[in-house]
Amino acid sequence: MDRFLLQASTYASSIDGLILLIGVLVGFWFLLAEGLFFWLIWRFRARPGEKSQYLTGKEKHVKRWITIPHALVLLCDVFIIIGSVRVWYDVKQQLPEPDSTIRVIGQQWVWSFQHPGPDNVLDTDDDIYTANDLHVEIDKTYHYKLESRDVLHDFSVPVFRLKQDAIPGRSITGWFRPTVAGDFDIQCAEICGIGHGIMAARIHIEDANTHAQWISAASAATTP
Amino acid sequence: MADTVADVHQHESAGHDDHHHEQNFFVKYLWSTDHKIIAMQYMFTGMFMGLIGGYMAYVFRMQLAFPGISVPGFGQVSPGEYNALITNHGSIMIFWLAMPVLIAAFGNFLIPLMIGADDMVFPRINRLSFQIFFVSVLVLLASLFVQGGGFGGAWTSYPPLSAESTYNLTDLGSSLWLLAVALEFVAFLLGGINFITTLMNSRAPGMKAYDIPIVCWMIVIASILFMLSVGPLIAGAVMLLFDQVLNTGFYDPTRGGDPILWQHLFWFFGHPEVYVVLLPAIGITVDVIATFARKKIFGYKLVLYTAVATGVLSFFVWAHHQFVAGIDPRMANVFTITTLLISVPIAELLFVMIATLYGGSIRLTTPMLWALAFIAEFLIGGVTGIFLGASGADIYFHDTYFVLAHFHYTFFPIAIIGTFCGFTYWFPKMFGRMMNETLGKIHFWGTIIPFNFIFIPLFVLGMGGQHRRIYNFQHFPELAGPEMYQLREIATISLLIMLAFQAVFFYNMIHSWLKGEKAGKNPWKSNTLEWTTESPPPHGNWPPDQMPVVYRGPYEYAHPDREEDYWPQDEPA
Amino acid sequence: MAHAKPLATLRSATGIPTGRLAVWWVLASEVVIFGGLLGSYLMHRIGHPEWAAAAAHTQTWIGAVNTFVLLTSSFTAVLAHQAAERGNGKEAAKLLGLTILGALTFLVIKSFEWANEISHGYTITANTFWSFYYTAAGLHALHVIAGGIIMGFVAFDAYRGRELHRVELIGIYWHFVDVVWIFLFPLLYIAK
Ligand code: HEA
Ligand code: HEA
Ligand code: CUA
Ligand SMILES: [Cu+2]
Repeated sequence: MDRFLLQASTYASSIDGLILLIGVLVGFWFLLAEGLFFWLIWRFRARPGEKSQYLTGKEKHVKRWITIPHALVLLCDVFIIIGSVRVWYDVKQQLPEPDSTIRVIGQQWVWSFQHPGPDNVLDTDDDIYTANDLHVEIDKTYHYKLESRDVLHDFSVPVFRLKQDAIPGRSITGWFRPTVAGDFDIQCAEICGIGHGIMAARIHIEDANTHAQWISAASAATTP
Repeated sequence: MADTVADVHQHESAGHDDHHHEQNFFVKYLWSTDHKIIAMQYMFTGMFMGLIGGYMAYVFRMQLAFPGISVPGFGQVSPGEYNALITNHGSIMIFWLAMPVLIAAFGNFLIPLMIGADDMVFPRINRLSFQIFFVSVLVLLASLFVQGGGFGGAWTSYPPLSAESTYNLTDLGSSLWLLAVALEFVAFLLGGINFITTLMNSRAPGMKAYDIPIVCWMIVIASILFMLSVGPLIAGAVMLLFDQVLNTGFYDPTRGGDPILWQHLFWFFGHPEVYVVLLPAIGITVDVIATFARKKIFGYKLVLYTAVATGVLSFFVWAHHQFVAGIDPRMANVFTITTLLISVPIAELLFVMIATLYGGSIRLTTPMLWALAFIAEFLIGGVTGIFLGASGADIYFHDTYFVLAHFHYTFFPIAIIGTFCGFTYWFPKMFGRMMNETLGKIHFWGTIIPFNFIFIPLFVLGMGGQHRRIYNFQHFPELAGPEMYQLREIATISLLIMLAFQAVFFYNMIHSWLKGEKAGKNPWKSNTLEWTTESPPPHGNWPPDQMPVVYRGPYEYAHPDREEDYWPQDEPA
Repeated sequence: MAHAKPLATLRSATGIPTGRLAVWWVLASEVVIFGGLLGSYLMHRIGHPEWAAAAAHTQTWIGAVNTFVLLTSSFTAVLAHQAAERGNGKEAAKLLGLTILGALTFLVIKSFEWANEISHGYTITANTFWSFYYTAAGLHALHVIAGGIIMGFVAFDAYRGRELHRVELIGIYWHFVDVVWIFLFPLLYIAK
């Protein structure tokens, strides 16, 4: 996965690891099934004068060909479930203590972000509001409060492997912790009308200095 | 096609019988209650809609690969039009191609013939079912041309976007779309009741439950599944319609409603629905494989039980579409477990089909090629479903092209490969003539190879984070790179090639229909009852005094006690 | 076009007459429709205790009268079935007539009730409780209307001694309509 896309959050690598695990397990079965399949087609192609065999599939030793794979697939399922639930628990179910909290609001067709400002407390006078630009500091744990003003949107940051629907009338809290500095895409991943395709934002992950500079510059611009 | 010959019904109520006078074209083909004619009506309506769905795919794929160009045969695609195109492409392919062809057309044609009955139990309800379906087609097509354009809120139609015209900007289009879907559901409920009761009650004398060909079972299990899952969505659709036209607030959070409710109602139906179309396709494949491998299928009852198990499980997996939709995160774990469990019965179905090949004498006719391709390609769709079913991985994959490629690798084998498989296999029975094998094989390879070249690139794009339903990727720097455009172009060009090869199919179909070699009763040397009557079967299917009687199961190929390698079901021991 | 019945309709591999089998499947599909609607309502109702205030404006006694009317009509439907079993088509038709009368009474009472509520401003858009109230009861009323119409045709045939088995079928359907109301009544009227 990291060949396709940078891993820029703490949980990106665990999600990719899970994908790899599934890939190996089902990949094995997939190759086995396809291999057997094509071999059988070749091996038992029609040859003149040869009649096919009469097998009912009722005898025990024949049935084993189905029941043993059956049990093994079930076993693989168990591994996948365990892996999946662990990752899920990490990303969605538990919330580590935040260093900072932001608010993300989707509306047709723009993302607005409410940063906590110099005092690092959300919903105070010095909050910084931006449209389509989210500024965060590297290696800090963030909580986001996700809201929507009209229809469903979906806050998706591919480099974080993060995705969460925004629902009008609710505020959904989640978390992330960036690990790589840079500017990345934020996409809206839930169809929200004709502007769904332009609902793009950027996330700017900055080191502590740059981030502090941005905060002071931005608050200077907003507070008269 | 079917002639209106001798009246099979003389034995009862001769009083009001108008079979004997000459029937005009309208009565014969458009007002008929004959199950075979209704089947053909469904078949050709579905084929027509499939072409429209394919045309839409062509238009929006051109836009995706070459954004902003004027698409030949359509013109420039605006964002609103793009949304309407994908929405209606999805809806048409599922509700107006897969459902009518796999369930209604094959169900109507095959069930009475395969169980040795002269018609459906309620022929007039059957006709009504098609008429309602036809109205739904007209309503859907009309919805594309009204003020504001067709509905563009995706085939899943999530409110509040779908509920309020201030959000979706397609006031009339969204209501007509919803109405069309609702009418289609009613048509299939009526049809389904017919299929179920016919199979339960009208079997030929001697035909026990385990003598019924798998494909009939599958269509009926699918109908039951449909019937039991669609109810809540019908209720939900009424609520959504009221939200749209009466301005109620069922899904409006500011007025005490809940937008997520729709998602639950939709997917409670939506997931079983994918198995509703999967099972008939598997049924067709199993029958074709048994015939051309000259093999008894490996475990008849196993197929049946796993199909039922799949059906039952499918009621408990729906929220895997909503992992990141704001449901309680603890619930996601439950649905991960049920979703992964469903891989077991489906794997078993596929293993049975593969195992059936063992010891066979495989003939690679065109229908057989389609059947084998179904297995090979569906496996890809199936295993990629596991990535999505694992909640942790779905956080990343949700609503990317990975999902899209997953379900095209399931739906395409079902709705296109499966129908071509059934169509080429039963063509001799339907029209009395053989199809051309060479043309059939050209069409097969010309469809299968481009198919993989369309959707493999889309898997890669999905891994790269490309999201669905975006008409132009220029606003997302990570998605606008040149390699990504290359992949999109490969997909689109492959689609053009595939569409071009469909001409071969239509030429083959029409040419064989008119001039093909005469088929005779049983060209494939198959066992099931439909091959014991004329091709095409007359009105009433068999002469009234020669209705078939059944002595054995449908898959007795290569029985050791027989000289011939097949043993028709109706042949006395 | 009057059609002769195909052989398929006359067979009965399960031993259950085809018509009855079909009616049961129709009911199965209806059960899930109403099930979905009432399930949604219940989920909302639990989430919104304040709806009790809106529900207080429904008139329980009217609902109770209507319950009584429907139950009575179900009873006459049973009597019609028994008459049909005895082969007495005329008697069955008369009793079905009474059932239709019950349906009409139900609808008349319902329309007075709704007119009164709407005139007080409790329309379908007033709030989501009222939306559910009108949708659920309206869907049920549609079933009452459809049942009444079909019953008219069945009675017409029965009077001439034709298709007597249909008296039983429409009876089964009518009991179902009744049972749905038995669920609606407490949910919409009594729960306050
Ligand atoms: C007929 C079509 C069809 C079929 C058969 C399936 C089959 C499956 N689907 Fe798919 N699915 C769709 C059509 C279909 N799906 C559609 C249309 C959507 C998108 C809707 C939308 O949003 O628009 C979708 C979306 C979708 C999602 C939601 C993704 C998202 O939006 O985030 C998920 C998540 O769990 C999922 C899972 C599965 C699973 C687990 C199966 C399983 O049934 C697959 C089982 C098969 C196998 C597993 C292969 C055989 C087994 C083996 C070879 C053994 C080895 C296996 C193991 C060791 C596990 N599907
Ligand atoms: C059965 C289902 C089905 C089928 C077959 C297809 C077929 C195709 N689909 Fe589609 N698609 C969906 C179901 C289906 N699709 C759904 C549900 C969506 C989601 C919509 C949404 O987001 O809301 C979707 C969305 C979708 C998108 C995403 C758009 C977006 O999110 O922005 C794309 C993009 O490439 C796409 C492409 C294609 C292509 C290239 C084909 C090609 O394979 C098409 C080729 C067509 C033909 C070759 C026609 C041949 C048919 C016949 C000739 C009839 C034969 C009949 C008989 C023999 C009786 N589809
Ligand atoms: Cu916002 Cu899509
Ligand atoms: Cu699903």
